[in-house]
Amino acid sequence: MSGDLENRLEQFPFEILEKGKALGDLTIVVSREKISEVLRFLRDAEGYRFDLLVDLSAVDFPNREERFEVIYHLYSTSENHRLRVKVRLPFEEPMIDSATDLWKAANWYEREVYDMFGIRFNGHPNLKRLLLPDGFEGHPLRKDYPMGKRQKIPVPVEVPS
Amino acid sequence: MGLKELLGGTVVTTKLAEMVAWGRKNSLWPLPYGTACCAIEFMGTVSSVFDISRFGAELVRFSPRQADLLLVLGTINYKQAPILKRIYEQMCEPKWVIAAGACASSGGFYNNYAVLQGIDEVIPVDVYVPGCPPRPEAILNGIMMIQKKIENQAKEMGRVA
Ligand code: SF4
Repeated sequence: MSGDLENRLEQFPFEILEKGKALGDLTIVVSREKISEVLRFLRDAEGYRFDLLVDLSAVDFPNREERFEVIYHLYSTSENHRLRVKVRLPFEEPMIDSATDLWKAANWYEREVYDMFGIRFNGHPNLKRLLLPDGFEGHPLRKDYPMGKRQKIPVPVEVPS
Repeated sequence: MGLKELLGGTVVTTKLAEMVAWGRKNSLWPLPYGTACCAIEFMGTVSSVFDISRFGAELVRFSPRQADLLLVLGTINYKQAPILKRIYEQMCEPKWVIAAGACASSGGFYNNYAVLQGIDEVIPVDVYVPGCPPRPEAILNGIMMIQKKIENQAKEMGRVA
């Protein structure tokens, strides 16, 4: 199955910056400017049909020039194949287009990535912290977040009577 | 002549505070604040093998207004902390708190940016039960220690009056 996809990617209409294979699944790296179009194409195009966004996460590589990497894990229920799509983002401007209009599942994933890495998703309907309390300062999964740093315990919110 | 001798074996004399405490300690209504794996162990404690009702504490309440024993079973993170505090505040006096397990007592092995290092940072705790998770016997022991404490509190009161 992944062989089919591999062949198909030879004629991929968008630029692929890097290609690889890990743990039996293909990985492609694409540019940030094209991400929306690429994802839409992958979701809708014949032979690709990635209808399921399995996961959306990010990694911080402090030694790289483009420090952040946003990773989409896609699966096609009709074609039964998987693909990893990566996008690299510079530290100074960690911003990328939201995938919420393509997959509803992206909503909370993107909020989590925003929460942990401070990566902003343009066009997200409700981009606020998901797991950490409001008022938390910084983004703890960035490698430069001080280990063991603790923040103020939030006060109980007022319950309207 | 003492009252006892006068009435023979037909009555028991006690102090009101101690009698109330005797009732209280044998009819604790626990509120299980279960947030993680320790809560599973509490289910075992309630079940017939270990049978918490031998100690009169089987009437588990999910409204803080009706409970007098707060059992915190599991990891409490910073986002959860104000909710726990609010629940504690909503319980009527007199009330007691058991921190069951390593997480509730000290944060356990979650020494990181997100987890409260022991619930005593936000609410007072009467008994800490060690273990990860504590065995049902340990939780029962914790409840027995609460009973002892209720008894002693009444005795203290008697001495002051
Ligand atoms: S103390 Fe251990 S068993 Fe209990 S909630 Fe924490 S990790 Fe789970």
